[in-house]
Amino acid sequence: MKLHEYQSKALLRECGVVVPDGHVASTADEARACAAKLFDAGSARVAVKAQVHAGGRGKGGGIKLAASAEEAGELAAAMLGSQLVTPQTGPDGVAVNKVYIEAGADIANELYVALTLDRGRGCPAVIASAEGGMDIEEVAARNPDAILREHCEPGWGLRPFQATRLAYRLGLSGKAARGAAATMMKLAKAYGDLDASLAEINPLVITGDDGVIALDAKFDIDDNALYRHPELAALRDSSEEEPLEMEAATHSLSYVALDGTVGCMVNGAGLAMGTMDEISNAGGFPANFLDVGGGASVERVANAFRILMKGERVSAVLINIFGGIVRCDRVANGVIEALKTVAVDVPIVVRLQGTNAKEGREILRESDREFIVAETLHEAAEKAVAAAGGGTA
Amino acid sequence: MSIFVDSDSRILVQGITGSEGTFHTQQCREYGTNVVAGVTPGKGGMLFDDEVPIFNTVREAVAETNADVSLIFVPPPFAADAVMEAADAGVRLAICITEGVPTLDMVDVVGYCKARGTRLIGPNCPGVITPGQCKVGIMPGFVHQEGRVGVISRSGTLTYEAVDQLTRAGLGQTTCIGIGGDPVIGTTHKDCLERFAEDEKTEAVVMIGEIGGSGEEEAAAYIAEDYPLPVIAFIAGQTAPPGTRMGHAGAIIAGGKGTAAEKMKALRDAGAHVVGSPSEIGAKALEVLGA
Repeated sequence: MKLHEYQSKALLRECGVVVPDGHVASTADEARACAAKLFDAGSARVAVKAQVHAGGRGKGGGIKLAASAEEAGELAAAMLGSQLVTPQTGPDGVAVNKVYIEAGADIANELYVALTLDRGRGCPAVIASAEGGMDIEEVAARNPDAILREHCEPGWGLRPFQATRLAYRLGLSGKAARGAAATMMKLAKAYGDLDASLAEINPLVITGDDGVIALDAKFDIDDNALYRHPELAALRDSSEEEPLEMEAATHSLSYVALDGTVGCMVNGAGLAMGTMDEISNAGGFPANFLDVGGGASVERVANAFRILMKGERVSAVLINIFGGIVRCDRVANGVIEALKTVAVDVPIVVRLQGTNAKEGREILRESDREFIVAETLHEAAEKAVAAAGGGTA
Repeated sequence: MSIFVDSDSRILVQGITGSEGTFHTQQCREYGTNVVAGVTPGKGGMLFDDEVPIFNTVREAVAETNADVSLIFVPPPFAADAVMEAADAGVRLAICITEGVPTLDMVDVVGYCKARGTRLIGPNCPGVITPGQCKVGIMPGFVHQEGRVGVISRSGTLTYEAVDQLTRAGLGQTTCIGIGGDPVIGTTHKDCLERFAEDEKTEAVVMIGEIGGSGEEEAAAYIAEDYPLPVIAFIAGQTAPPGTRMGHAGAIIAGGKGTAAEKMKALRDAGAHVVGSPSEIGAKALEVLGA
């Protein structure tokens, strides 16, 4: 689960990382009032920042500076309700529902600092770079040596000498080095305490008087750990999430919308990806990823149909079930029952394999509803692509 | 021969009285697996299915029954602790089926197991089966057949698909291992490849990977160093978009890394027989091994 900048900064502030003063606003009037407060407190200028999950906001015009409260209000009015397009959003962009009004900072130097999981090593690592404020993936691609790492050893975590070493390797000294090292220690603690999968400060700013402040911040939280962080779960911004994916999740289905024409219903995530690949090999395009889970009960199948048929371009459905513990005759009956409650007006290709597959196929062949029955995955994919009108994207 | 488990393995089941634990323990026993003990705190002294003694702690279960492998069905909030309890009690192998364990829990658990010499398989995996001898997991036993090919996979049903093809091709399997779909797991593709290389009966390895992480690339680097067995590989998720988690917590292309194309290239360059479609796994294995 992704958190917004304003939420991430509130969390950072709680664990002692210095962040600029700022307030979140949902209307231009609120934004103007927030900005006025910051100017009254002595800010020379304020930043108006669109609160969306996508990165690259600066490039998309989602971060602007204002010299007066009036100007901040105008900038907020233009941003709020607009679709922000950044290099990380699709061409349609994402809706801006909130802006963050923040005191301007005195920037002498911009660094990059993040905690993330190093999957190869199986432990968290601090990633740091002297090239802050940029897209870190671009930096990594262009100049891999500019990316510094320290690993957090399981059971020990980040040790102060590692943070200090990083600070010096970043070219800092004196008060700035001490401040940056302290910030990294706090960030590493927050990463662990909050069950984050990413805790990023980009840029981490060194100010003119060697202060250290987090100018932008981003936390991603491990979905599997949300059960023990109800306060974080409450921060979920559902307006940023794909509505169908959310609906699927409430039925314990795993669904991802794609832009092809063959709707997929598969048991198991790996097989669901494999089925998508097979459709693509057959010259077609999957409309979605959908893992219906091991059980494939009538209710789950019905919910799966309901969700995948909301994909506007679905012109055929491919059901691929490998019956292991679940029996294919039951799945076949489940599909027929589910179709009594959900209207599916496109061809349905069904491939059942495993326990009682033959009986399952018989049940489908004998039903009133017309199914295209396939035995192998390859045959199923070819039939589904043909039924969807061939390889048109 | 086989790897990890065989007919001498003595299995204990943690979470044996839960609904998943009960059902799959029964399935494993029907397959012929030697389940010697169960563990559910508070139910010590009872019997599972009138035969298998249940203990309050893993240490007691091991002391009383000499169990050497633990199969774990404990719910996510308690799964990490259950694996550590198994390692502390000295089981040789802990197989964690549980899906949804917080990633940072596993970081500590993997280190804990290593320090105690316990091999962890999983979490979020179907388990391990040595066909004809011992099934320690949730896979459907009947699709497997004793034979010549070792199978390693991050998935569940996709593995059954591949196994089914190997069985139909008359090749069968030596041991099949589901290593799990999470970002941090106890046993990697490479670990399994090492063990299969030492197994006399395994003539080839089928390796099923998926997008995300670098386990397949590490396996490829290992295969490139004169790996003695032919490897047939498939990577799921060639059509997956970057930045989107495809069901498994670990199946995500992040920062442009972990794509199927990169993994397939690494494996192909290492000399593995890479297939582009899951339907081709059995046929490719047959072609490589001969009938």
